Amino acid sequence: MWQKRAIALVILVVGAGIGWYVYSSQVDASRPFKLGLDLSGGTQLVYRAKLDAIKGSDVADSMASLRDTIERRVNLFGVSEPIVQTEHAGTFAGTSEERLLVELPGVTDTQKAIALIGQTPVLEFRMLKEGAETSATASSTVNELFEPAAITGKDLKSAELQFQGGAGQLNEPVVVLHFNAEGARIFAELTKNNVGRTFGMFLDGVAISTPVIREAIPDGTAVISGSFTPAEAKELARNLNYGALPVPIELISTQTVSGTLGEKAVQDGIMAGVWGVGAVILFMLLWYRLPGLLAAVALTLYIVAMLALFQLIPVTLTAAGIAAFILSIGMAVDANVLIFERMKEELRGGKSAADAIRDGFARAWPSIRDSNISSMITAVILFWFGTSLIKGFALVFGLGVLVSMLTAISVSRTFLLALDMQAKGGFTRFLFGSGTSST
Amino acid sequence: MFIVKHRNVFFTISALATLAAIVSIAVFGLKLGLDFTGGTLIQATYAGGRPAPEALTRSLDAAGFSGYSLREANTEDYILRAGNLTPELRENLPSILSPEGSNPAAIGQLTEVGPTIGLELRNKALIALGLVLLCILLFIAFAFRKVSQPVSSWRYGLIALLTLCFDVIVPVGFFAFLGYAVGIQVDALFVTAVLTILGYSVHDTIVVFDRTRENLRINHDRNRKEPFEEVAGRSLNQTFVRSINTSLTTALVLTVLFVLGPESTKYFALTLLVGIITGTYSSIFLATPLLVAVEKWRKNRKK
Repeated sequence: MWQKRAIALVILVVGAGIGWYVYSSQVDASRPFKLGLDLSGGTQLVYRAKLDAIKGSDVADSMASLRDTIERRVNLFGVSEPIVQTEHAGTFAGTSEERLLVELPGVTDTQKAIALIGQTPVLEFRMLKEGAETSATASSTVNELFEPAAITGKDLKSAELQFQGGAGQLNEPVVVLHFNAEGARIFAELTKNNVGRTFGMFLDGVAISTPVIREAIPDGTAVISGSFTPAEAKELARNLNYGALPVPIELISTQTVSGTLGEKAVQDGIMAGVWGVGAVILFMLLWYRLPGLLAAVALTLYIVAMLALFQLIPVTLTAAGIAAFILSIGMAVDANVLIFERMKEELRGGKSAADAIRDGFARAWPSIRDSNISSMITAVILFWFGTSLIKGFALVFGLGVLVSMLTAISVSRTFLLALDMQAKGGFTRFLFGSGTSST
Repeated sequence: MFIVKHRNVFFTISALATLAAIVSIAVFGLKLGLDFTGGTLIQATYAGGRPAPEALTRSLDAAGFSGYSLREANTEDYILRAGNLTPELRENLPSILSPEGSNPAAIGQLTEVGPTIGLELRNKALIALGLVLLCILLFIAFAFRKVSQPVSSWRYGLIALLTLCFDVIVPVGFFAFLGYAVGIQVDALFVTAVLTILGYSVHDTIVVFDRTRENLRINHDRNRKEPFEEVAGRSLNQTFVRSINTSLTTALVLTVLFVLGPESTKYFALTLLVGIITGTYSSIFLATPLLVAVEKWRKNRKK
């Protein structure tokens, strides 16, 4: 008996500890809940990659390089915690698609977000301002240090990868730029007039190469020799030739939710959760009395455990996920209802309270197991086939079924047994009774 | 047990509900939402009161929108549904939606779904529905795998399946009506709700039937003669409090979620609520009465 009570106490203390951890990590914001875009506000863009021109064996590489390129661009934009990921989508008709998923929290101007992703890389040529130091070429100071040169990326005809064997260093990969006729003329002029000055080449605003002009270059070619690896040089040449992305992409879906709307959804969700829990606990207390109180404790432990799991896994919470959590609160006490109803039957059959508890649990178990199995079937299938919205629901729902089975059975059982109801008196029967008269 | 005794009353109610649902689906039809058809949904908020619908319609027409639907929402919002946007339309959206320059629209939500994604989602929803049905069928077969007397196992299974059909038809019919009355559309969340209902309510029916089988077995072991009608009624009596209470707690939170919860899951909560009420009704007032009726009819035919 004392062993049971000790376990009950340990469960309470651990529960309170987890509760405190969840609470304090929210208060000091050290580990906030991860909110989906529909709650935090932001934009999600889904692109289809047009892979017609790409060999099957190169698809994975192309998609990875596409992701990296877009990620660089998004980071340049200063979005906090963006998500850029590739996704393989089967359409069940034998065809499949490679997709790129971009999530931009906090960006609520859809058009701006699309422009950011879809732009081709901008190749710029600039001259270092007189008197400025070349050493500081961080992108934030680009505009302070450099002034636009007369030549632009539009004057570029093609770019190619070459290996240059300089003195001392062998076969350094370089990118050779070929200008068109107009560009060649401008470039010759520019180099003639600016011998000794630093010339900068920028891609998407980032300096790739800043050579010093040593002499006039009349033939319309320029060499970018950064400290490239061959692969980087190849990618740069390709980007300059074919535009921004290693794979052309097409926008197939967008979703933007404003921050205010998301904030309201969070508040409504919390409100519904609090009132929902209150209503369930009130019902359990009124109908089941003492066992109802224990069910309320078990439910509280369930909620605390779920919140902790949301943080630790972490689960990205969406409105559908919150709905699943609230739904699971209503279902979490189902196991308690099954147990308590069975217990009452055993009591009516003339058993002592302790025996009724033991037998009630044992006989209710197959039913609890089966009901959770049928809910779990749905959760797994939904998770398997769902879009990200439905996956959010299915994950929380499935998790809720598993965790509630644990808390409702083991926790309420331990507590009921720890109370050690030996008496057969009327008061015990009142505590364990309920609204229905015994038949 | 009055439910079994007055089963014809409940058969009538169930039949009327089914009929109403089928008529509702046939007449109103299900309006497929953005998720399945592709297109655009825009929620525009006007902080200082929204412009007249005529002004907004004129502005939309002038900009080149066609085949759209405009609906007032909340107190300050408009919901606009349209086909896929061209880049120009998307760019000019804020100004198009603000016909009165003094009170500009704030775009609360903009969702665009391409037609291929819509088609894909439709396929996925159908496959998920098929899979859930198959798994639940297997689950029912598993639950009634033990041979039983006097009613053979497959009859229990068949009736469980019948009540399950009822559980799906009624909420879907209700939704067809809602679509007509307040313009609710069937989206991915609706399908999710229906699948969740399937998983949740199949079990209630199985529990009642399990109790019937258990009581029949006990009677058999003790050599007690009791008419099937009474055994079934007694079993229902023993289980209906738990059936109602488990559903009641779930219905409580869903009601709260519908009334207080986030806008985006309001009708999801309502679908679940209707489904769970239907599921509880059918497992108490339809399943066992059906079982008794089938058994009676079989006995009469034998004579």
